[in-house]
Amino acid sequence: MELTDIIVKFILVFIIFAISLVIAMYSTYAERKIAAFFQDRIGPNRAGPWGILQPLADGGKMFLKEEIIPTNASAFLFIAGPSLAIMTACIGSAVIPWGQKLTIGSHVIDLQVADINVGVLYIFGVVSLGVYGVMIGGWASNNKYSLLGAIRAASQNISYEISMGLSIIALLMVTGTLSLRQIAEQQHSWHWNILYQPLGFLLFIICAFAETNRTPFDLPECETELVGGYHTEYSSMKLGFYLFSEYINMFISSAVMATLYWGGYNYPGMDWVLAHTGPAIGPLIGTAVLFAKIFLFIFFFMWVRWTIPRFRYDQLMDLGWKILIPLAIANIVITGIVITLIK
Amino acid sequence: MEPLSNKRKVIEQKPLNFLERAYLPAIVQGLAITMKHFFRKPVTISYPEEKREFSENFRGMHSLKRDEDGRERCTACGLCALSCPAEAITMIAAERKPGEENLYREEKYAAVYEINMLRCIFCGLCEEACPKEAIYLDGDIVPADYLRKDLIYGKDKLVEAPLNQKISFIPLPNSF
Repeated sequence: MELTDIIVKFILVFIIFAISLVIAMYSTYAERKIAAFFQDRIGPNRAGPWGILQPLADGGKMFLKEEIIPTNASAFLFIAGPSLAIMTACIGSAVIPWGQKLTIGSHVIDLQVADINVGVLYIFGVVSLGVYGVMIGGWASNNKYSLLGAIRAASQNISYEISMGLSIIALLMVTGTLSLRQIAEQQHSWHWNILYQPLGFLLFIICAFAETNRTPFDLPECETELVGGYHTEYSSMKLGFYLFSEYINMFISSAVMATLYWGGYNYPGMDWVLAHTGPAIGPLIGTAVLFAKIFLFIFFFMWVRWTIPRFRYDQLMDLGWKILIPLAIANIVITGIVITLIK
Repeated sequence: MEPLSNKRKVIEQKPLNFLERAYLPAIVQGLAITMKHFFRKPVTISYPEEKREFSENFRGMHSLKRDEDGRERCTACGLCALSCPAEAITMIAAERKPGEENLYREEKYAAVYEINMLRCIFCGLCEEACPKEAIYLDGDIVPADYLRKDLIYGKDKLVEAPLNQKISFIPLPNSF
């Protein structure tokens, strides 16, 4: 690898990192604003025009709050929890292909940090690491509500990871590869995987809601029962890290869903656009399309949050084990039969 | 037992059909409802910039009235303070000096007239008690403030502005 390649990769990593943090920041604003619109309100509108400086004000507040580590908490793990949560949230974006290869002059820039051939597996690994942040934080707080929240998070994530993995297997049978770059390229133009795997996508998005601890599966931080759930004892920026990692997770899972099922950076008529704009600008339009899809998914996450009430815990487990897993297995079987028949 | 009214309703408990059990159609329905609200005009009134119209008998901040010649109507009889259930009104009476006939209508007037806006419950009993039609709760909402002492309103804030600006307004010695 040449030095320029390494520099380009570093710049790309920096940009993706900055973008995911900014999106996470503005997701908090968007969440409040969208919640307001769904409830016939106006939402935050005091900090800057239309309140667009609200996330900065919130962040400043978070930094200035008193930092409390409970006496009986394990200080090291107490700090490790949120750090792990935000770290695992941030590294998920490494394998997502943000666009086609960009050609500037003689340079070919790959808009993907790491094109590893087990990209889907990597995403899964990172997602399952994510629960450790929550678990360690909840355990280290030495508080019964935190612990209950952490236990809920752990069992919920494990239950839904199974059906998520099974729903992905059907997709992998269709695509025949684990590399996200290849999966994205196979969906050229309008050949999106959602057309072949509608049930798989439905299962995947339900599991994504559970994995990101979003309503209707936000039981780990269920206010009515558990005060604040796993982050009851947290204050200041450590709490901010937990909240932030939730929003980054939402962004990453939206990106994964868009890439796996909704064509990633592909859109109908992209060849025509690419031929007319050239290899330096054309791929960036694809990237913009990918981001539009991601924002739509983030909006959908919020839309569902302000529509559906929270599940009860036994209902959550029922849905995960008795409905989603059998459905996912049925999906695999049907996909297998159809593939064999076509061949 | 015989039903006492005809309002009793027998609730059928039908088992849920497949679509109802699948839960997803209901979610889509719910999403449609929230989306309808998304485009609805917000009901919020952004208070300091926008104000809701008051009803005709709204009771807001008090004002001490002047008569048609611009003289203060209040004669410091103390009936308002007596009627006040929150004990928000205090006053100190003074005798009108010769030459002040253009300022005070009666021979006795309130040199100090204070209403504690934190105590006032805006019941309007002072209005009713006043024999001189000197006090009315016809103002705006009392604005917020940072210090308690700033919410004790004296005559400078309560007395109506002079009708005829030609009458020179002599600041009262005791008011603040």
